[in-house]
Amino acid sequence: MKHCLSILLAILALAANVLVRAETDAEIGARKDAADVARAFSNEGFMLRDGHWCGVVKPHEHSLLAVNLYAGNQYWFSAAAAEPAKKLEVSVYDETGKQASTENYNDGAKAAAGFSPVDSGQYFVSVDVPEGEGGSFCLVYSYK
Amino acid sequence: MIHLMKLSMLVLLVSALAASGATNDASLSADQLAKAAKTDSISIPTPGELFAALSKSGKINWSGQYRGPMPVTYRNRAQIALNLGGLIADGFIAVEAKDGQQVKNIGSDIIKLAKALGVSEKLLGRGNSINEFADNNEWDTLQEELEATQNEVKSSMQSHADQDLVILVTLGGWIRGTQVVTGAIIKNFNERSANVLRQPALVHLMKSKIDEISPALRGEPLVKDVSEQLGQIEKLVAFQPGKPPSEEDVRKVNEAVRKVMAEIESKDVAK
Repeated sequence: MKHCLSILLAILALAANVLVRAETDAEIGARKDAADVARAFSNEGFMLRDGHWCGVVKPHEHSLLAVNLYAGNQYWFSAAAAEPAKKLEVSVYDETGKQASTENYNDGAKAAAGFSPVDSGQYFVSVDVPEGEGGSFCLVYSYK
Repeated sequence: MIHLMKLSMLVLLVSALAASGATNDASLSADQLAKAAKTDSISIPTPGELFAALSKSGKINWSGQYRGPMPVTYRNRAQIALNLGGLIADGFIAVEAKDGQQVKNIGSDIIKLAKALGVSEKLLGRGNSINEFADNNEWDTLQEELEATQNEVKSSMQSHADQDLVILVTLGGWIRGTQVVTGAIIKNFNERSANVLRQPALVHLMKSKIDEISPALRGEPLVKDVSEQLGQIEKLVAFQPGKPPSEEDVRKVNEAVRKVMAEIESKDVAK
């Protein structure tokens, strides 16, 4: 009985380990894809921040990140999601929760939002899956 | 091949942008906003971002913002962390001034201070990269390298169980950056440039992170003073949206951050 329990625990531990690794790999892939999207803006003088935000996005649920932006700068928030997510959207909200006007780029599981704040202060970047399944995602941002 | 990929990305981008620019009526509730993630590496802007915004309002005399050589012999770890952040902000100033020698001097001081915290192993490589990019006038790459250096310092601190010092590095950079920016705005005041100072949520975030550090570190005289003064600064930068600060408002912020910076730099701080 004790032997069976040990085997069961070992299997559970192995399964958990595999799941964690799979999620990490998915996030790494998403981060690479998000950085690829952001690199397209570097030709226009945008600097890519050396930081990222990864997580799991569920369908029709906003994954929100608070950012602090400066009036006068232009920003691009680029995100990508891993399988099974097929579609992704990035949007920006002001500190009152009102959606801001953005330029949008959408290409399936890759998306970006370009934003030029009139006021400096706190804004919220939303990553969501408008249809289909969710998945691991990663977001990076660039500015000029 | 890489060229073709870039080209196709741009084509995709342009076609996607053609159908964009709209604002939806969607809005988020206060509850949703309160649950938003806040990370040190993304939610807190670099000094470079602040300087980039200020540059949009006119020509800035960046080399006029330099300060004299600072001691790199502090013994108090909290003070070292705060000054390390300030030095990194100085690095961004030197990059804005496109002053290769100054970048190299500051890079060397960053390594010395980081060594004092025991986080220098990987940083030696960063120091060499900074020198190389400075020699080749690669200013954009230098900005990225400075941020990467800052992140490496923080990451090293986390792996050495010094995570409480991370926010102090960030805070030191913000205070020094704000001191420089407010000084530059006062010299040539205009509302557009003053608009960059509205950052109450950012100051609140840093203050709340300081409130989370260990009671022992939080109780150190320097950290306690800086934290208290940060509460005052938060009120000073809480301007209404659409209403840029006046010259007098900017002077008040400058005076407040100058006072904190003087305390951070002081050699007389005791543990």
